[in-house]
Parts: sequence; C-alpha cells; structure tokens
Amino acid sequence: MALARIDLPREARRGELVEVRIVIQHPMETGFRREPQGERIQRNAIHSLVCRYNGAEVFRATLSTGIAANPFLRFFLRAARSGDLDFWWLDDDDVQGAAKAHLVVSA
Amino acid sequence: MKKYFVLAALIACAAEAQNRSGLEFASEEIRRLQASDAENPGMLWVDQGAKLFAQHCASCHASMKGVATRYPAVEKGKIVTLETKIREKMPALAYESDELLALTSYIAHESRGMPLKVNPPPDKLEAGKKAYYQRRGQMNLACAHCHEQNWGKRLGAETLSQGQPNGYPTYRLEWQKMGSLERRIRACMFGLHAALPPYGSEAMLELELFLAWRANGLPIETPAVRR
Repeated sequence: MALARIDLPREARRGELVEVRIVIQHPMETGFRREPQGERIQRNAIHSLVCRYNGAEVFRATLSTGIAANPFLRFFLRAARSGDLDFWWLDDDDVQGAAKAHLVVSA
Repeated sequence: MKKYFVLAALIACAAEAQNRSGLEFASEEIRRLQASDAENPGMLWVDQGAKLFAQHCASCHASMKGVATRYPAVEKGKIVTLETKIREKMPALAYESDELLALTSYIAHESRGMPLKVNPPPDKLEAGKKAYYQRRGQMNLACAHCHEQNWGKRLGAETLSQGQPNGYPTYRLEWQKMGSLERRIRACMFGLHAALPPYGSEAMLELELFLAWRANGLPIETPAVRR
C-alpha cells in the first residue's frame, strides 16, 4: 500500500513561494542487509520521483539507497494558479506510487 | 494515621514530578521531527490506522479519545494491552505487522497529550514490579539499574532515559519504522543477553502494566520519534 502525506499551506497568494513537504511510506531497502538466516534482502528503493503542478513538471528527484526509509522531501515552488500537485514515484520493484494535493491560489 | 496519608501523598507527588518522558532525553533534531505532523514519519501509520479503523471498527466504536490513557488494563483477571485488545477481535493481525501497529498508533494518537492514568489491582502490579527489579541476562542487570538509578547519564553515545512507555508505538530511527513497546522491551533484553519474553506473553504484559503505572501522569506522545 503506497501511503504518503503531503503538507501544503491552506492557501497561497499568486507569486508567493510555497513550501511543499511530502513523506512517503517506503522501506528503502539498501540491498546490503541480511535476514537472520543470512539471506540477502533484495534492494528496493524509490529511484525516481516527479511532482507536476497543473500538469507541468516542477520538481524531480533521483533517490538511492543512501536515503533513509520513509523518505521526506521538501521544496519550494511559486504559486501561479489553483490546481493539483501530482506526485508520482517508482521503486526498484517497478511499483508505482502516486499522491495528490490541491493548492488554492488567490489573486 | 492522617500524617502518614499526607506523607504518602507527598512522596507520590514527588515521584510523579520526577517522571520524565523519553522526549526530554532526545536530541533537538529528533524533538523537532516528533513535533511536526508534516515531517513525523509515524503519522503515516496513524493515517493508515484511521483508514483501518473506519473500515473495521467504526460501526461500533465512535470516539477513541482518552481510551489509550487507561491501557494496559486488567479485565476479568487478565492484563489487556491495546494490542491484545485489538487482536481479540482481529486475531489475524500479527504482532509488529504494519496493520496492528497502525491501529494501535491511531488509537493512542487519539489520546495524544492526555496523561496516562492506569489503575491496576495490586497483585497484577506486584508481578510486573518484581520483574522490573529482577536481575537478568549475562549482563546481570535489572531494568531499574539503568532506568531508575542511572537515567540522565551516558551509556556510550546514548543518554539513558527513564524508559517511559508514553510514546508507544514509537517511530525508532534504528528500526526505520514504527514499533511497539514490546519490541522495545525485547531490544533492551537483547542488550542484556537475556531471554526475550515472547510477544503477548504474561511476563511481557506484567512488565508493560508496571511501566504504564510507573508513567502515570505523563502525556501520551504517540507517534513519538526516538533514536
């Protein structure tokens, strides 16, 4: 189950800088750990993440095994008009995740 | 007689005032992480728990506010924790599964900020108390040696806390996920090179009950973040 929490200001003015925060539930397995029996646990980390704002890409990140489990990302964008922030990510098991939040922009 | 009551009340007050949440021993970064719902990764489990609660529990249970402050409780002569209570109805949920942790976290989170107030019968409490002061493992230490006599001092890079249970289930950076109080107790036992009490066992429940009683008055912090 892909779970994520997105944090946005309730409302922003046009042209204002908006802080976007997201936490994604993911084990971010490094591939270096072993089970108690000695079996290696296969690497499984989110490797790419994209955020689109009103359809246009505003943020892209390439993650790897150096990132802790349940990655937290934070970035700023300039509020233009009301619309959705669409997050999309992909991990090493080719499992996609997605999350959405709505940003209200006043003139 | 009256004098003794006053004295006993004073001692109880002093003991309670000395209770310090593990939060006070944590680094500034960790405290900041716990304080922000947008950054605290434990909130992911609380969210998941809210969904599960709406699906499976909400048709009977309305609000869970304040419920977690009364657990562990003794019901019909048996010690019941939030986990065992949930598993009574949903036995398919394994200990330390994300689903069980999520439900427990959600229910405890509903009481966040409210002080623990468990009131167990003396005989059940006595068993836990005995376990707490019992030396165990190759290290030959009791819980009390670190968490009562030496809290606030260093053990390697760590500051010994009082071992209070008010933040559980807790997001531990070492685990990279949420974990229950039972998992934390087992981690302590592992460090002592002692036998690990099984999940949900009587020995475990007695210890949990005593820990909660000892923490009476501390506010619930779930989901707490610890190292």
